[in-house]
Amino acid sequence: MRVGLFIPCYVDQFYPGVAKATLELLEKHGVEVDYPLSQTCCGQPMANSGYERYGKASSELFMKNFGGFDYIVAPSGSCTLHVKDHVLPKEENAPKIYELCEFLTDVLRVNNIASTFPHKVGFHSSCHGLRGLRLAKCSERMDPEFNKPLSLLKQVKDIEMIELDRKDECCGFGGTFAVAEEAVSITMGNDRLADHTKNGVEVLTGADMSCLMHLQGLIKRQNSPIKVMHIAEILNGNPVE
Amino acid sequence: MKTQSHAQAAAEFIKDDARTHWHDETLWHVRQKRDLSAQGIPEWETLRDTASATKDYVLSHLGELLEQFETNALANGIEVLWAKDAQEHNEHVYRILQENKVSNIVKSKSILTEECGLNHYLEDKGYDVVDTDLGERIIQFAKQAPSHIVLPAIHLKKQDIGEIFHEHIGTEKGASDPKYLTEAARQHLRKKFVEANAAITGVNFGIAETGGFVVCTNEGNADMGTHLADIHIACMGIEKLIPRATDLGVFLRLLARSATGQSITNYSSHFHKPAPGKKLYIILVDNGRTEQLGREDFKNSLKCIRCGACMNTCPIYRRSGGYSYNSTVPGPIGSILSPGKDLKKYSTLPFASTLCGSCSDVCPVKINIHEQLYKWRQVITENTDVDASKKLAMKVAGYTFGKPVLYDLAGKMARTALKITPDSLVYSSLNVWGKHRDLPDVPKESFKEWYQKNRKS
Repeated sequence: MRVGLFIPCYVDQFYPGVAKATLELLEKHGVEVDYPLSQTCCGQPMANSGYERYGKASSELFMKNFGGFDYIVAPSGSCTLHVKDHVLPKEENAPKIYELCEFLTDVLRVNNIASTFPHKVGFHSSCHGLRGLRLAKCSERMDPEFNKPLSLLKQVKDIEMIELDRKDECCGFGGTFAVAEEAVSITMGNDRLADHTKNGVEVLTGADMSCLMHLQGLIKRQNSPIKVMHIAEILNGNPVE
Repeated sequence: MKTQSHAQAAAEFIKDDARTHWHDETLWHVRQKRDLSAQGIPEWETLRDTASATKDYVLSHLGELLEQFETNALANGIEVLWAKDAQEHNEHVYRILQENKVSNIVKSKSILTEECGLNHYLEDKGYDVVDTDLGERIIQFAKQAPSHIVLPAIHLKKQDIGEIFHEHIGTEKGASDPKYLTEAARQHLRKKFVEANAAITGVNFGIAETGGFVVCTNEGNADMGTHLADIHIACMGIEKLIPRATDLGVFLRLLARSATGQSITNYSSHFHKPAPGKKLYIILVDNGRTEQLGREDFKNSLKCIRCGACMNTCPIYRRSGGYSYNSTVPGPIGSILSPGKDLKKYSTLPFASTLCGSCSDVCPVKINIHEQLYKWRQVITENTDVDASKKLAMKVAGYTFGKPVLYDLAGKMARTALKITPDSLVYSSLNVWGKHRDLPDVPKESFKEWYQKNRKS
């Protein structure tokens, strides 16, 4: 099994700890991970802004770096979805990309997360992972219940998962939406935070650092005591900083 | 004059924080009612699949189904008229009113007539068009357009409505009791129903097989109008067809549940032929629909049955209000229908979304709304002169991301710059991100730098 680790650009630059946790977590579960050094960005920022054509060089570079792997794993639902939908060729022998949680549950079938996390945790269900990759059942659909990230978090010792009032509402990040539609984006973000705060969340986590970056920005500005951690950090046993 | 963008209009709406949250809560309540109602149907997803497939069939056989509908409707004694655009539609209505010497008109809710600007057209000709749906009557008094396709006055609180009714139908000043106000509206409308010579309605479903059609309302106002008046003019978008009468059950079950969480609309009235001595007309309106049908990426938008579920679920619609879309059909579905009509005027609508996908999953006919939003974005940046600075930024970013050495360098420079730039500059008004949000702490090295030092040596 040849596994390539894709670390999205903003995680690489601003959240190296999330990337390290991802790498360590995969290694703990017996995966030999290769990290191609020439990787940059999947091209999603351009594509979602309507400039898919300017993301062409990114896509080509991505295929050059990752075209030879069986699996590509990334700690980001939205980048994974973009690669899946718009970058990887629709061919039988093309590599398959997995978001970290679904790789752990669907490919590795992990059922022995050995970490401990004695905190009240709120999960932010990022939209691209939720409705794009189907990491969990969304509230709109009337399918059987399932939740891949949560099934992993539930294996963590002493963790207390908090139920939210609106469990799968968007946080308002949306890439350039966060800037172009600032007023709505901020309102949505604050509303998400209010839900976590009201329900007593101590640590807010999720599988998409971009949403978490937006929420963290609001948390810090408000001097809220809520901490933000990527799910990889909790599953890897990292302590709260 | 530059058209106001969705973002600007939304920012205006959001200035009233209390009203924004009231609006959000009100629509979320409808969404929750919808969830509860859909949960009661074990075959919900099958119904959606069936409805979507039926509409696929309709869209790929639209020509022949329309002909079949016309043949059967004519045989039933319905007069069938065709309109290529809004103007032709309005002219048909006017001519029918003239020919039949109609003086008083009642009209039940129809987004199509809204789209065609029928009320204004007829008012210019000297007619008083009375909207009989309660919400529609409220906004008609207030000289406003619907802010939602199912709940046209959802942006107004009961106190606002009390004010409007006080001014227009003489209810007590300051009265806001919904029961009292509704009763006053009922008395007021009853008089209008009795006086009417013509009733205009929309059409929810036209049935090709029978040549009949169905109109759904919760207030029975379409029925009150059509039963009392001698002339019934039904206005129907050509995409509202379904092939057979047996298909109807699927759509009726989905429509009301998706719209308001009811198991069925209070009145689902079937019209097949004019009553003795009366006349029944149906106008089949294109107004850009065949053009949209010809756009492979966007034709699925014509499956829409106008339930409004995408608006109720959309976190942006809920917080920016219907008027921020400046379009007859607001919200997610409007944002994929409107650019087909005027790409420039509606160029910001496909960007009024985080592509969260909730609209697509709530849609009873499974329109891939968020995917179409994505596709419209590509069309818009190619064909309109949107934000030049964004275009340049994207071009530069795209170029940088194509070259690993440049990317690594740019990343390092950005991190260094953020570290050494004073906060007063980082959080200046030029940095939209930073007005209400902190930037992430800058790490001393990127993951790639760490990896090269610690894993590749």
